[in-house]
Amino acid sequence: MSDVTTEQLEEIRDRPGLLSQIATFARKQPLGTGGAVVVILYVLMAIFAPYLTAFDPTANSYDSQFVAPNAQFPMGTDEWGRDILTRVLYGSRTALFVGFTCAIVGSTVGLVLGVGSAYFGGIVDLIFQRIMDVFMAFPLIIMALAIVSITQSLQVSPESSVYFVIIAITLPLIPNCARVVRSSALAIREIPYVDAARANGFSDTRIILRHMVPNVMAPYLIMITAFVGQAILLEASLSFLGLGVQDPVPAWGLMLRNAQEFIRTEPWIAIWPGVAITLGVFGFNLFGDAVRDALDPKLRSQ
Amino acid sequence: MTKLLEINNLKTQFFTSAGVVQAVDGITYDVAPGETVAVVGESGCGKSVSAMSILRLIPDPPGKIVDGSIMFDGKDLLSLSDAEMREIRGRDIGMIFQEPMTSLNPVLTVERQLTETLEEHLDVTREAARARALELLNLVGISEPERRLKQYPHHLSGGMRQRVMIAMALACEPKLIIADEPTTALDVTIQAQILELMKDLTRKLGVAMIIITHNLGVVARYADRVNVMYAGRIIESGSAEQIYHDPKHPYTLALLQSVPRFDHTRGEKLKPVIGQPPDLTKLDDGCSFRPRCAFATEQCAQAKPPLEAVQEGHISACWEKSNVGLEESAA
Repeated sequence: MSDVTTEQLEEIRDRPGLLSQIATFARKQPLGTGGAVVVILYVLMAIFAPYLTAFDPTANSYDSQFVAPNAQFPMGTDEWGRDILTRVLYGSRTALFVGFTCAIVGSTVGLVLGVGSAYFGGIVDLIFQRIMDVFMAFPLIIMALAIVSITQSLQVSPESSVYFVIIAITLPLIPNCARVVRSSALAIREIPYVDAARANGFSDTRIILRHMVPNVMAPYLIMITAFVGQAILLEASLSFLGLGVQDPVPAWGLMLRNAQEFIRTEPWIAIWPGVAITLGVFGFNLFGDAVRDALDPKLRSQ
Repeated sequence: MTKLLEINNLKTQFFTSAGVVQAVDGITYDVAPGETVAVVGESGCGKSVSAMSILRLIPDPPGKIVDGSIMFDGKDLLSLSDAEMREIRGRDIGMIFQEPMTSLNPVLTVERQLTETLEEHLDVTREAARARALELLNLVGISEPERRLKQYPHHLSGGMRQRVMIAMALACEPKLIIADEPTTALDVTIQAQILELMKDLTRKLGVAMIIITHNLGVVARYADRVNVMYAGRIIESGSAEQIYHDPKHPYTLALLQSVPRFDHTRGEKLKPVIGQPPDLTKLDDGCSFRPRCAFATEQCAQAKPPLEAVQEGHISACWEKSNVGLEESAA
């Protein structure tokens, strides 16, 4: 084989076009592609919310309370006369902001802690994992509820409630990610290049961040995509229980909570935010599963 | 002549649930600047542990250096702080590992692997580090170095990866290179190339080298001096010439008889070393090679033989060393 052909072969193997990669993904993961479409739609919804509706999501209007879906208000209005379509659109901003922030921050902190724990091993690992055990012993929602209840007295305005919800959801996600990442990192710890890095005189921080973290990217990305859907659902649950985002901030869970009283007479108030939550979480979970299958060859056969 | 490295009565032990493993049991040797010293022995005799002890890379727990001293270039390595030790690793002492396939980080390009070491230890700019990386690849004989710099380890063959490992070890112009079974994972033709390269480069750059191997062929050709290890101790030490042509320890003799040689008659059977190496958790007072030794006497069970000179620069730890020799056993 001549040099030219090997080089060309390498070129082809190394850089499949983005489009063909997407096509392969769509063929192998039709459900995941559906999920991805939902995710993209939701992101577009969040970004372009102000252009998709003429109404203000927080402004009350006493001459248009409880209007059933019609041409002017495609999804109807709620008890304060606010357009439900507008609130669903703006609600995606809250949901995605909370979802992505929690998933990224939670996974990243978990990543560093998990890799660190695996790298140092021994007593550090032992103590660390027992602390994680304690956190993981509680269901996510219970942990989040506890954290929100503790921090509730610190909330100064309805707008700031979003940040407390983020903290409450992020903290319990950390041990989940740390545990998964640690197991991958333990395997990597045993590969000689980590010893080689130590023999090269690199500091612990450098070995963890530059040599181990990039090699556990697959589980990390899987955790992020899986966490987004979970975090959106948690945020909605907390808001529904009255411990999450506070009125008048538009949030789907909160809209459901307020709709409880009117569900018999004005069902559209409850239906639309419910659909938004269900479809969104479903889409993110499908997409997350597909990403996991694509990135983790070990799980492919299952 | 001042020595570059002086290891004195080094003892490394592993504290396991099955007992204390005396992996390295009081070894003493030295390395002069520019000298190539081989450490040979079978699997589990402590040769790798002794090398990792020099760099203080023994996993602790369960391992611990319990006694002895390691003087390197006038510094006692065992009393340095962790930060000072990191300065030595990679800059003054380079290390080459056994497995070239897994000793390079799969997510870093060849360029980053090389420049990272330089940036960590020397105060160099990105451009200078890059230039040096290119120079190093040329030095270790990698073709098209410009293109290789941008490639990842999985693009390279085993031999090329080992060349990159050698380049990494040489990056900061160390005074000593420790090569732990550098050619074991490579096929025979590449082994010879890599060994020639290492010998060449150590000569040219005046770098001392400790080469750890179980391959006596490697030793014969590339080492100035040879330390033979058995059960955590050095049992014979001398020049390659002395060890090869006049072994004075039954274990060395047995090793030499177990490898094929061109001067053997056709069809002659090789003599394996009978038995298993001893359990390092249960060593007694006697010579640890005694159960497998053809020369064993009463005295061997009583006390461990000390390392004593046989002739200038040649020492052996055997009570019967005056009876051991190639001629006698061949007859």
